[in-house]
Amino acid sequence: MIEIKNLSKTFYTSDGEVPALKDVSISIPDGDIYGIIGMSGAGKSTLVRCINMLERPTEGTVIIDGEDLGALSEKELRMKRHDITMIFQGFNLLMQRTVLKNVTFPLELIGVNKEEAENKALELLKIVGLENKTKAFPAQLSGGQQQRVAIARALATNPKVLLCDEATSALDPDTTRSILSLLREINKDLGITIIIITHQMSVVESICKHVAILDNGEVVEEGEVGQVFSHPKSNAAKKLVFPDGDFANQAFIPREGERFIRVVYNGAQATGKPLIAHMAVEIGIEASISYAATSTIADKQYGSMILGIVGGDDEIKHAIEYLSRDADILAEEVSVNAE
Amino acid sequence: MLSNIFESAALNEAIDIFIHEFPMALWDTVYVTILATAFAIVIGLPLGVMLVVGEKNGILPLNSAFMKVLNVVINLLRSVPFLILMILVFPLTRLIVGTTVGTTASIVPLVIAAFPFVARLAESSLREVNPNTIEMAQSMGASPLQIIMKVMIPESIPSLISNATIAITTILGYTAMSGIIGGGGLGKIAINYGYYRYKYLVMVFAVILLILLVQVFQTIGTKLAIKTDKRLKNKS
Repeated sequence: MIEIKNLSKTFYTSDGEVPALKDVSISIPDGDIYGIIGMSGAGKSTLVRCINMLERPTEGTVIIDGEDLGALSEKELRMKRHDITMIFQGFNLLMQRTVLKNVTFPLELIGVNKEEAENKALELLKIVGLENKTKAFPAQLSGGQQQRVAIARALATNPKVLLCDEATSALDPDTTRSILSLLREINKDLGITIIIITHQMSVVESICKHVAILDNGEVVEEGEVGQVFSHPKSNAAKKLVFPDGDFANQAFIPREGERFIRVVYNGAQATGKPLIAHMAVEIGIEASISYAATSTIADKQYGSMILGIVGGDDEIKHAIEYLSRDADILAEEVSVNAE
Repeated sequence: MLSNIFESAALNEAIDIFIHEFPMALWDTVYVTILATAFAIVIGLPLGVMLVVGEKNGILPLNSAFMKVLNVVINLLRSVPFLILMILVFPLTRLIVGTTVGTTASIVPLVIAAFPFVARLAESSLREVNPNTIEMAQSMGASPLQIIMKVMIPESIPSLISNATIAITTILGYTAMSGIIGGGGLGKIAINYGYYRYKYLVMVFAVILLILLVQVFQTIGTKLAIKTDKRLKNKS
């Protein structure tokens, strides 16, 4: 269990104080895959670096399994970091070492003997599917392979927590998918808690159970991924869910007497149904699509539509009831000028 | 004057000197250069490491007054012309070697002149190490010493070798200069015969040998730097 309590981080620069994190509190259960998402500059990287104390928080605490990391000495902290390892956007492999020697690196740091370290490294390289690249140097590998080496390295000390700092941001979509499924496997098979920092919705949607949305140093929304993304409340969340811009920001001219229903769907059941056509046939309400956005990720589809309906309270109510019958669909009336 | 150079008497004499004195002089030069470079690296590399890790934002911040003194001393030593420095360190040379004249004695001023230079070269090599790589090591629980020994130095080996090559060729140049105040080697021959006794041909021979030496050191250095650089692709 990782508990981050009232954590703030302020950088003191020549231009004055820059608050990077403001009173962040989240708890991450053991074995979770927890996403922290936000636009660049939201403070994600600072937050993840506070979790392993690469950045000392200005205020607040980070408690892992009941232990307050802020209270540890530098030396104790270094020991603790073998339990909380990290992978990075730029992989950060040692370029002058072979793949095998990269993976043995954290073991060398704690004085594991060479043979034992190499056996462990081989075992891990098998898990990440690179057992035939042990003698290669990082420069000879593709980005995806390099990240696999970094993952193997991060697992060498049998950590409890794996921090992923934009680990897939430098990879193409296919490679991202394969790295994410590797992370999912690791989470499942080894029970390692994974914390994923990303600006990519797709990453969170495809593997995270919980998510916190960070905006301008603050957690603006937090909870189960499906819940948070199906009704984004904050501006930051809306921006993430509808990267093209929220409907509210788009200039469309309502027809005479038109009202709007926002339909958010998640899950495979909701897709592949001629929803609007059925609604017209079954309850006689005709809806026009004012806005629609979908994101299709691995096994689930998320999306949002704004349906425009000309009618009174009854029609709107009926439509919402009709749409909400499907468990995967959430519908609510929205006003065009809504926040 | 020029026409005299290639008169057969002068040529014969130069060849005679070349055969009898050059092998020893060449050996002296190589020996002094390599030894002085080795000592300069032994002193300069740790200082270069300190310059990088000891900064305020470094991985092992050192006392800021100490860092200032270190920087000033290095700059100071680097700004003294080598010829003057050789004379200035006479007392130290006498203390260490027992004399201020001769091949071995010239190693002391050479080291004093070269180690600040080596420290700066090492500093620039070590600064090339990607800060993200260092952060990675920190995130894995590496201590500052482990980061220096297992990350910073090994990761910058190709660059350190390139810079060591620059150091060795510069020191080779200095050894030639030390001929003026009694250092041995090719420099002494060039000055003694060429400058004091107007035997230009001998000087030309000495200079050609020095050029060849620089070529040899540079070629070996460049080859080694490329060979050790695992960042280059298509290499096994």
